[in-house]
Amino acid sequence: MDAIFIQILNGLDKGAAYALIALGLTLVFGTLGIVNFAHGALFMLGAFCAVTFQKLVTISAKVRDEGVTAFVAYKEQPYLESWFGDTGRIIIDYSVPLSIMLAIPFMLLVGYVMERGLIKHFYKRPHAEQILVTFGLAIVIQEIIKAYFGANPIPQPAPDILAGSANVGSWVGLGDNLVYPWWRLIYLCFSGLIIFAVFAFLQFTTYGMVVRAGMRDRETVGLLGINIERRFTVVFAIAAVVAGVAGVMYTPILPPDYHLGMEFLVLSFVVVVVGGMGSLGGAVMAGFLLGIVQSFASMNEVKEIFPGIDQIILYLVAVVILLVLPRGLLGRAGVMDD
Amino acid sequence: MSDIKKPGMSRRGLLKAGAVGGLVAATPSIFIKDAWAQEFRNDPKNTGELKLGFNVPQSGPYADEGADELRAYMLAVKHLNGEGDGGMLNTFKPSMLSGNGVLGKKVTYATGDTQTKSDAARASAKRMIEKDGVLMVTGGSSSGVAVAVQSLCQEQGIIFMAGLTHSNDTTGKDKRRYGFRHFFNAYMSGAALAPVLNKEYGSDRRAYHLTADYTWGWTQEESIKNSTEALGWQTVNAVKTPVGAGDFSQYITPVLNSGADVLILNHYGKDMINSLSQAVQFGLRDKQVNGKNFEIVVPLFSRLMAQGAGDAIKGILGTTNWNWSLQDEGSKAFVQSFGAEYGAPPSMAAHTCYVQTLLYANACEMAGTFYPPEVIKQLEGFNFDGMGNGPTLYRAEDHQCFKDVLVVRGNENPSSQFDLLKVVDVTPRAQVEYDWTIFGGSLGPYEVKM
Amino acid sequence: MTNTKKLLLNDTFVVIIFAAAILAMPIWLDPIGGNYPDLLQKFAIYGIFAIGFNILFGLTGYLSFGHAAFLGVGSYAAVWSFKLLTMNVIPAVIFGVLFAGILAAVIGFLSLRRTGIYFSILTLAFAQMSYNLAYSVLTPITNGETGLQLARSDPRILDRLFSQEQAAGLPSTDLFGETMSGYPGFYFCAVLLIVCFYISMRIFRSPFGLMLKGIKSNQNRMRYTGLNTRPYMLTAFIISGMYAGLAGSLLAVTDPLAGAERMQWTASGEVVLMTILGGAGTLVGPMLGAGLIKYFENIFSAFDDNVLTQAFSFLPDSVLEFVVPVVGLFVGSGWHLTLGLLFMVIVIFLPGGLVEGFRRIYDYFKSGGGNAKTQSVEARNQAGE
Repeated sequence: MDAIFIQILNGLDKGAAYALIALGLTLVFGTLGIVNFAHGALFMLGAFCAVTFQKLVTISAKVRDEGVTAFVAYKEQPYLESWFGDTGRIIIDYSVPLSIMLAIPFMLLVGYVMERGLIKHFYKRPHAEQILVTFGLAIVIQEIIKAYFGANPIPQPAPDILAGSANVGSWVGLGDNLVYPWWRLIYLCFSGLIIFAVFAFLQFTTYGMVVRAGMRDRETVGLLGINIERRFTVVFAIAAVVAGVAGVMYTPILPPDYHLGMEFLVLSFVVVVVGGMGSLGGAVMAGFLLGIVQSFASMNEVKEIFPGIDQIILYLVAVVILLVLPRGLLGRAGVMDD
Repeated sequence: MSDIKKPGMSRRGLLKAGAVGGLVAATPSIFIKDAWAQEFRNDPKNTGELKLGFNVPQSGPYADEGADELRAYMLAVKHLNGEGDGGMLNTFKPSMLSGNGVLGKKVTYATGDTQTKSDAARASAKRMIEKDGVLMVTGGSSSGVAVAVQSLCQEQGIIFMAGLTHSNDTTGKDKRRYGFRHFFNAYMSGAALAPVLNKEYGSDRRAYHLTADYTWGWTQEESIKNSTEALGWQTVNAVKTPVGAGDFSQYITPVLNSGADVLILNHYGKDMINSLSQAVQFGLRDKQVNGKNFEIVVPLFSRLMAQGAGDAIKGILGTTNWNWSLQDEGSKAFVQSFGAEYGAPPSMAAHTCYVQTLLYANACEMAGTFYPPEVIKQLEGFNFDGMGNGPTLYRAEDHQCFKDVLVVRGNENPSSQFDLLKVVDVTPRAQVEYDWTIFGGSLGPYEVKM
Repeated sequence: MTNTKKLLLNDTFVVIIFAAAILAMPIWLDPIGGNYPDLLQKFAIYGIFAIGFNILFGLTGYLSFGHAAFLGVGSYAAVWSFKLLTMNVIPAVIFGVLFAGILAAVIGFLSLRRTGIYFSILTLAFAQMSYNLAYSVLTPITNGETGLQLARSDPRILDRLFSQEQAAGLPSTDLFGETMSGYPGFYFCAVLLIVCFYISMRIFRSPFGLMLKGIKSNQNRMRYTGLNTRPYMLTAFIISGMYAGLAGSLLAVTDPLAGAERMQWTASGEVVLMTILGGAGTLVGPMLGAGLIKYFENIFSAFDDNVLTQAFSFLPDSVLEFVVPVVGLFVGSGWHLTLGLLFMVIVIFLPGGLVEGFRRIYDYFKSGGGNAKTQSVEARNQAGE
């Protein structure tokens, strides 16, 4: 019972991460008809917003370690700490959540520039060429990050009070041994919030309504005299921000490195397609489904019966779903199926 | 594409090479010990230059480690050619290296990118052998690559001096006559770690292994299991995790209720960083199980990689091949010249690569020829000292180096940004030696048909 | 002028030119540092892979993201043939193609039930499953991360039948006595490449090829005419898979090791990039793309600071100090960056890939009155870089 409960939590947590990445991707897929292979790179850029922010707040006085003579070894004393004492310490401690303030404007800008500068020229080009150009862009972004930050992962600790685990077991009456890290719980809530916000935006605002109409039938919306191009830019920028903040919040779980985006790229495509093209709900559903399935497949009891099942379960489930349901979970006819 | 000229195509380079070549050709041949007139691949003959191939990961997850290896190689080349302060050339005993190249020839090099993939590494090594004409290939940051390149080198008749590779297989079931490893292996990690684990955590422990699902992970799991079970520990479970899993939560949560009180992470690189920091996040280290503090052990520790795990490494025990804080003459000399050159201490990968280059160069000097079978015979059973690990033996039967092994602990209170690992204990060589027949495999022939 | 044009259109003539260009690669690749056996072999092998991929993608528009699975299976089958039967390469190649064909039939049968991106993801999923299994639980068959290798103790039943003596080292792959490493290996691959090119050309020109093109332009219309398109699609998929299997087995022939990462999605993605980069749907385009990417991977990654300093040694030292690090960002360990930029530049300015670029150059010179024939030959040559 305990084990199942905690694997559900694991699955939800993984699912939250998958769903959040897939959300932006499917938005761009569905509305703009763009196969964006640089979406993973946007996630990675978000994560590096957190790194940059941390570097900024920990700009330090360097206290040299005199014991070492061959090279300069030093201990860092962040200026924020020495100037503002406890306030400075708190800012440094909370650098990950605070860096969202940097990530949102930065990712908006990135999204805007990318759409205006590159993507908009590719609306009418074949998907294959969209893949090539966005993949090229992803490599370029990745290599720039590598040249500046190196290839090693950079640790991004969660704030101290969230570093430990919550005693989840006692909340639901399942004993003391059931703990779960605070930060992962927060990530779960956070992604719920973002998903809700994106849905609310599309569902309850007129702006969102037009975008949804554009997803269904771009030409007619254009004929109605609505500047759908502008809205596309906004949608792309929103997708970039969603990917970016997802990246920021994921850093305490997975120390970011330049290759982070590529690792999520394939997975996020699988999630989007299993969910069904052009369906936001489908992508979110698929994200959680795959997350939970993967967690359960990794249980020792399951692995004893099917060795190696945890290695392929995502793809196995994807294959089964796509063979049974022609357009994934909630896909609509006519979107990207030719 | 063609703006960048091929090396050696530039006119000045050609002139220089010509001049040096002329000089060497003019040296009376009596000084060049050329007793073995055999033909062999990439024989430098009278060119005055000797080319080495540095095959390191320059892209992919180990790119930083590869960059550090490359720095070490360039330093070694400098020292061999008599530039810089000489580094370990001054402490290496017995050595015939004098800083005027190798056998009177200037050392040059070609580099390549292994991408930490067997295929790419072999393609890159082949390029160096076929196009650049290197006499020796060295480097790498993974056992899969080491084994793949080593077997290629055997077929090609080129000596391979392995870089960072920790699997028992490299000098065990996949050993080759032309392959040599200075780095330690999983067996030695287990043997070195066991007494310290016994002392620190007692002999009544229940261990849970998380193991990267590939050959290196399996050999390490086996070795650590054997040596801890010999202490009296029980192994509760050993779970394989996919390489590059990223999120390990679904593997970590079962540990909580398994009744285990030690978690052993047979992961390296990014997997290690992720699994360790996540395990700490799950509060494993704050737990009490069976009335004891829960402990985490990372059998193979690397400072470069430990950086990525941040505070999570504090207090964690593991082993390492070498650490820059060592105070013997060789280590000090090496750290001094590496630090002066690059402004940072060398990693253990850099150390092993530097030493390997010197060992190869010295073996050529001892053999008096570059003819590989003779060089191999010099390396086999070679006893040396002054290279940072105390008296060391290159065992003839499996081409594995035997030396003291460092047991380290993540530093609780580092005095600088490089001061991440603290040496807890130095396990003497005698304790980590083993019978070479236990891993099987065979070295193969000295002579390789061309 | 019209005469030349007729000649160019003549299939036999195209094949002869192609064959001459391929077989002469050691000569014209020499000045740009591409003349060594391993790279030449890779050019030919990945050329086959890309040509095969193009039969599916270029003709039918179905974008498979799992072709690396067939490459990997071809390699494994070939190495097992070396281990169990004989070091002769003929059975290895046959088994490689056969097993890849069988796997392609299975994957194709299932995946072709869907179209568009759903098809792509199905093929991707199958390939990733193959890769993950090969890396871990299938290690007894694949030798996991290290890759499947030959061993002295392998049975090699057929070889033992004919000779009892055992060489001291590992045997090498051979074609009736001729060792298949080095230049002979390249010529073996090159001949197969030319054959593959010819077959692919025949397919493009055949009624079958036209049918596939019809499916690409409008599958529904084809269906309305009462035609069942599935068998055609499946045939194209299997042929394409067999090409990949051939390429995989040749990788093992020239270098008897089969690594799991050959099946990873990055490898599948690579052939997609090669094809689009060169020009999907054209005959030579995919080959050019393959050549370009392999050239970058092998040559550009080797330019370290040392090489750069030599290359720019004509500059004064002060300029040199500035130039070398800047150029160094794009080569050596930064070769990926150049590749990424190249992808973007080509697709932005040359929709239709490299072939489109050469067509433009060709048109430019034609209108300028240049000699069209020599131009086109030269274009082919440059393309291999």
